[in-house]
Amino acid sequence: MAGHTTQLDAKTLWGGKESPFQTSYGKLMMWFFLVSDALTFSGLLIAYGFTRHDAQDAWPIGEETFNSMPFLGHGYPLLYVALMTFILIVSSVTMVLAVEAGHRMDRKGVTNWMIATIIGGFFFVGSQAWEWSHFIHGSEFGKIELADGSQAIVKGHFGEIKNFTVIEAGKHHKVGEVMKEDLMHEFQHAAEKGHLEGGNIHFADGTVAKINKAKDHEMKLIIKKSGSKHEIGSTPITGAAAEKMYYEALYSGEANRVVYGANMKQNEYGPQQYAQFFFFITGFHGFHVFSGVMINIIILLGVLAGTYHKRGHYEMVEKTGLYWHFVDLVWVFVFTFFYLI
Amino acid sequence: MERDDLIEYSLHNHHDEATGKSIRKKIVQVTVLLTIITTVEVFLGALIKQSSDAWAYVKWSFIIMTLVKAAYIVMVFMHLGDEKKALRNVILIPYAIFIAYLIFIGLWEATEVSSALRSFGF
Repeated sequence: MAGHTTQLDAKTLWGGKESPFQTSYGKLMMWFFLVSDALTFSGLLIAYGFTRHDAQDAWPIGEETFNSMPFLGHGYPLLYVALMTFILIVSSVTMVLAVEAGHRMDRKGVTNWMIATIIGGFFFVGSQAWEWSHFIHGSEFGKIELADGSQAIVKGHFGEIKNFTVIEAGKHHKVGEVMKEDLMHEFQHAAEKGHLEGGNIHFADGTVAKINKAKDHEMKLIIKKSGSKHEIGSTPITGAAAEKMYYEALYSGEANRVVYGANMKQNEYGPQQYAQFFFFITGFHGFHVFSGVMINIIILLGVLAGTYHKRGHYEMVEKTGLYWHFVDLVWVFVFTFFYLI
Repeated sequence: MERDDLIEYSLHNHHDEATGKSIRKKIVQVTVLLTIITTVEVFLGALIKQSSDAWAYVKWSFIIMTLVKAAYIVMVFMHLGDEKKALRNVILIPYAIFIAYLIFIGLWEATEVSSALRSFGF
């Protein structure tokens, strides 16, 4: 009502002295930010769960897709991701030790543990870069479309390509010439375009060369898309039968029978959404790790400059610590729902 | 205007060397626990195939182990266990309710969509 005012005195109002949560403003806001960020990640993972539940057996299994180790080749299911998880947990531990040192006003301790955390963060980001590169380049076999229209992913040991021997001369090559460079790349490129016919590779300049390749071992075809003969979820095809079907398709001379690696349009692992989710979820998390490392570096500079020591408390370290632990927390869920299950 | 009646909560967390020692001991214990759980997860994942009958149990044990890991990270590493009960509830309860709902609706819809696609084709 106009003209009517109620007098309020300081006793009625909350004077702003004691906070209900007994926490500083900055820390509270960091928690609120983390809750909203957690909702974003949950939304992504639940969308992933939705799509996967929908796709059923066509969806790739983590241990089939991620079974490689740097320098060691493949045959190590999930070991690399487990290592990444361990690296991130350890860097979370060094962060909590930095926070603890801060509570004792131990500037040297904070500095050392922060440096350890930053190193761990770089290791994780590097590992993720390796894994992305591996995922994008794909396996040596790729995904093959069999004669009946079904699609299969291929496991086993790829026999090394020794050389290409020219049997029909083209513009740049003479008969009898032996090519020894960039073999795998040329082979996969030709396979995608359907330029491998009857075990020979056809180049753009008209050259035809015979492929000298060692025998593959333990080949296994796992059906990921049903055709007229093979069903999703049927027993994997192995041995000589698998090799026969694989090379019939690869050497058919038809384009688009094989897919290597992953991009935004297709991938060799399973449905198209699988690669999209991989790129988005691990990419979004990787971006969080990267920004976390940058924030940690900025705070480390503050610690080194003595800013927080002068202030009388190391709460800035605690707040960045909250963010850093959150990144670890998200990875624990990504690890379970993207890789394990 | 500078106010001198505000409480500096940031100082409440300060502790001496003796308390620090027991906190560090707890951190090491939690680290060991998290590492053991991760190792168990990887071994289970490598040993038991998704096609086997035991997979359903393995899947649920993965989810439970993940929640245990998450609880230790939030309560110990992020110190939410040491905050006031009101703050803990404000952060955890709305989030938990919302996510439980979202998971339910996501999986329910996925089942319906997949059965619709099966009946009517693409």
